[in-house]
Amino acid sequence: MTMLAVEIPYWGQSLFRVLGGLVAVLLPAGAIVYLFLFKMMSFMQSRLGPMEAGPYGSMQLLAEVGKWMQKEDLAPEAADHRIFKMAPLIVLVSTFLLVAVIPFGPDALFTNFSVGIFYGLAVASVSVLGILVAGWASANKYSLLGGLRAAGQLIAYELPMILAVLGVVIQAGSMNLQTIVVAQNTGEIFGFSGIGNPFILTQFIGFLIFMIAVQAELTQAPFDMPIAESELVSGYMTEYSGFRFLIFFIAEFATAGVFAMLASVLFLGGWGIPFEWFGWTSIDDVDNWMNIVGPLIMFTKMLLLTFIIMWVRFSSPRFREDQLQTFAWKVLIPLALANTAITAILKVAF
Amino acid sequence: MTALLLAAEDVNVAQNVAFGIIAFIMIVAALRVVTTNNIVHAALWLVVVLAGVAAQYILAAAEFVAVSQVLVYIGAVMVLFLFGIMLTRAQIGSEKGLNNKSWALGIPVALLLLGLMAYVIVDAYEDTVLPDRGPTPTEALSDQFLSIYFIPFIALSFVLLAAAIGAIVLARKD
Repeated sequence: MTMLAVEIPYWGQSLFRVLGGLVAVLLPAGAIVYLFLFKMMSFMQSRLGPMEAGPYGSMQLLAEVGKWMQKEDLAPEAADHRIFKMAPLIVLVSTFLLVAVIPFGPDALFTNFSVGIFYGLAVASVSVLGILVAGWASANKYSLLGGLRAAGQLIAYELPMILAVLGVVIQAGSMNLQTIVVAQNTGEIFGFSGIGNPFILTQFIGFLIFMIAVQAELTQAPFDMPIAESELVSGYMTEYSGFRFLIFFIAEFATAGVFAMLASVLFLGGWGIPFEWFGWTSIDDVDNWMNIVGPLIMFTKMLLLTFIIMWVRFSSPRFREDQLQTFAWKVLIPLALANTAITAILKVAF
Repeated sequence: MTALLLAAEDVNVAQNVAFGIIAFIMIVAALRVVTTNNIVHAALWLVVVLAGVAAQYILAAAEFVAVSQVLVYIGAVMVLFLFGIMLTRAQIGSEKGLNNKSWALGIPVALLLLGLMAYVIVDAYEDTVLPDRGPTPTEALSDQFLSIYFIPFIALSFVLLAAAIGAIVLARKD
């Protein structure tokens, strides 16, 4: 593989992929926590947020991580120790597996998997296992209840998410995320190709359903029943402290970032800019500098979407358990099915 | 039998080595499923077995089937298993009385099933070697499903529908 006119051997590529994966998971997590969780939430609540560590508290993250790393690795005496220690890792591994299929540029990708989006949805569902056994292994009724609530919710919202993605897959005619990006940036709207054809225009209902399902999958308010701090004391995370809590914490916000990237690939055109602008006609024509600009575009879109996720989180009250399930099964799934059917009919008709 | 010998000739092919490692992990995990004395541990070992199956599918260049395996079995079926176990009985630590009286009957049944499946597979394919090609495109799969396998495919979905309706009927009190 040649990138920026430098021939990179296979071991070098592998090293780049591992480093890239770490950056693609940790950088969004850090950015989301500092920008939105620390600063935006504070401003929305008329306070300043962290101000001491570094300018505008920008070094606060390092202070927090340092604090967590120093703490003792505690586990309740009655807990199932081996599984208790394994559970946060299952959740984090699911995030890392998820980022592996997301393309950041014409060549800046980890793997060009032909069933990319299907794979993404599949490995995203593995994190439920980690959450469920974390709740069980803690030997704590509140934790178990949180784990069970999380499993029920995550299963319920996985369906509308998959069905919402189906519309995009039908329209792009591929499950490969790179092909979906190219389809959006080479598309045209009634013969006008100046802005490509981002699927958010034609699949707006799908986009809404996807973002709602993401909100629920991340257990962010208004879908934070599983970690409801006022009744369950953080649910499955109650017994975790020190760096195992840190892993849960990183996984939560990294997954928010990765899902936002997935949403921007599916609905907002991903790393691409309309190919028309530079006279490219296919993926092979795309200039090499897009490998640098592409990730930046992705990062911007990711921040935009996580801003919306966090905005909703900070400003909505919690759904009741029955409302939450009813909403998934009676509103989102029928709507997503209808969206899929209409997309399929229109695809065949035109 | 010739198929087994054929595989033995170039046993050092990377795929064969990987197959062996994954198969070994799967067998150990499968044994732990039936020997561990904690139900949740048994369910988690079963996850390892099912993940191993997905890995074997990847080795056989069947990407779509592998991903379906992860989505359906690990992401849904096992989560449902664990969910059910945790709602009813899920003690921490070892439990007694998990085996019933006729557990030994399982061994001959399992061996018989192994023999039957091995015979059927070897008998059907003998020493046919798979063409050396890339991953099966999903379009090829869907073309098969919606042409020659259409009737079985639809029939299967009716079975699933019947199961779903049956579950609702059983669960509803009114």
